[in-house]
Amino acid sequence: MRPVAPLPCSAVRAPAVRAPGRMSAEGGRPQVMNIVVCMKQVPDTWSERTLRPADSTLDRAAADGVINELDEYAVEEGLRLAQAHGGEVTILSMGPQKASESIRKALSMGADKAVHLLDDALAGSDALATSAAIAAVLGRIGFDLVILGSESTDARMGVMAAMLAERLGVPQLSFASKVEIDGTAISIHRQADYGYDRVEATLPAVVSVVEKINEPRYPSFKGIMAAKKKPVETLSLADAGIDPGQVGLARAATEVVSFAKRPPRQAGTVVKDEGDGGVKAAEYLASQKFI
Amino acid sequence: MAEILVLAEHSGETVKKVTFELLTLARRFGEPSVVWAGPGAGAAAGRLAEFGAARIYVAAGEELDDYVVAPKAELLAALVGQKSPVAVLVASTAEGREIAGRLAVKTGSGVITDAVDVTEDLVAEQSIFGGSIIVQSRVRAGTPIMAVRPNAVTPEPAPGAGQVENVAVELSDVAKLARVTERVVAERGERPELTEASIVVSGGRGVAGAENFALIEKLADSLGAAVGASRAATDAGWYPHQFQVGQTGKTVSPQLYLAVGISGAIQHRAGMQTSKTIMVINKDPEAPIFELADFGVVGDLFQVVPQLTDEIRKRARD
Repeated sequence: MRPVAPLPCSAVRAPAVRAPGRMSAEGGRPQVMNIVVCMKQVPDTWSERTLRPADSTLDRAAADGVINELDEYAVEEGLRLAQAHGGEVTILSMGPQKASESIRKALSMGADKAVHLLDDALAGSDALATSAAIAAVLGRIGFDLVILGSESTDARMGVMAAMLAERLGVPQLSFASKVEIDGTAISIHRQADYGYDRVEATLPAVVSVVEKINEPRYPSFKGIMAAKKKPVETLSLADAGIDPGQVGLARAATEVVSFAKRPPRQAGTVVKDEGDGGVKAAEYLASQKFI
Repeated sequence: MAEILVLAEHSGETVKKVTFELLTLARRFGEPSVVWAGPGAGAAAGRLAEFGAARIYVAAGEELDDYVVAPKAELLAALVGQKSPVAVLVASTAEGREIAGRLAVKTGSGVITDAVDVTEDLVAEQSIFGGSIIVQSRVRAGTPIMAVRPNAVTPEPAPGAGQVENVAVELSDVAKLARVTERVVAERGERPELTEASIVVSGGRGVAGAENFALIEKLADSLGAAVGASRAATDAGWYPHQFQVGQTGKTVSPQLYLAVGISGAIQHRAGMQTSKTIMVINKDPEAPIFELADFGVVGDLFQVVPQLTDEIRKRARD
């Protein structure tokens, strides 16, 4: 499911981060914050999701592809920050041809342009290789701020922001329920079990968001029409300067040994409340030694 | 014997239960050494030894907690370099998984998250796609890094030497880029933490309002349980977001899960399907959550829940 390649850190650390917009703005020209939103297309949770028996990878063809839900919040936050601070939003997605539908949708929400990392050799890449590939592209296109969802609904690892920050050598501002930017200073509320941590850093940075942060907009008709004309740059591994020998299923650092459908749970007892439902429930709990 | 590094989850000197679970698991394939970041190790060493810790590597600096995730990953990476362990175990919490992710990049190792079991030959079991598929996987590059879901195993004591070794850490500048300037603790009483709790009581759409969550809390308190909520309830603002159980929230695996007024959409099931025992209270007999129920009551939660709470209290007094 999430195989990975043994990547030496040095080989994948992105080149020095350039921030062509904000940092290099010269007199008279408005400063533009370069915001890159990483977006993953995932199988719709409502469809039947399965692994392919041949290689134990996700059967992406079998299910409808949608924008990973938390990445929609990332797009929305990117758009809001771009509007508030003057910025440009680029969607960055790694995935098969089919992912272009989700890229268009993100553009129809209002993002300015997109980069699609598309190469058959990427298929089956695990988190380690995926983070290496995305970090390489980010290093190439430059950024002030990278935003992504805190986890995907398919693999649910919740490691990508941490891995990207590690590879890029920039602050990790993950699980953000609130983001504030003032000049090059950025602070977030990092959601925790006990409440939240206030975290401060300096741009450029990687932010991951939780759903509490905003309410993603629906694309308007005008947005959908405009998206058709927005530029989408497709990069192959060669274009992005990524060694194909370091990505893909064959080089994955984890491998699936076997998988099976979960056997259905044994049917339980269901009673109708006849005024004693609570008592019956308590009796069950007592019989199972919970009380 | 093969050394396993186990990252302790703790709050000050209080060790979280999942740490004992990790130690119990680690003993299957080697001799566990605890890695302790921050203060409090002195008071905790005895307990850690009880559960089989042969060594306790202590990096006592307060600084480790002053920055997001990176310092702990740096500490672990240094120990992986020095000790060449056969595996590293962390808790599959939000922070644990992020530490695992950074450590994987630093050491060029494979990482498996949300394992519900690990065999003696280091094959991890995961429950994926909303719990519908069970997968066995292993790491084939670097030092296997496994994030294990809390409550996956039952902690069992087995004495270890518990030898404390202090570790000096000089944090790199890169580890200090994201500074925690304030911790804001929400008032949530004395309830156990959601992912750690043995019993979780969750409320959903059927609870029909923030004020009615008091019913859920009272039931939870009668059982010493944590309170959870479905996405419908947190989206409606009835209960704080960090208590959401489900696909975009927490994954829990308690001994007992009570789903109250929750229909059981796949998004919710993804967060609770591996619970050992599931009890359901819902007025809709067609609700899909009943498919998971070991015991279900079809009825109005506003009648059933107070009666259940009273009955539990009464039995506790008797």
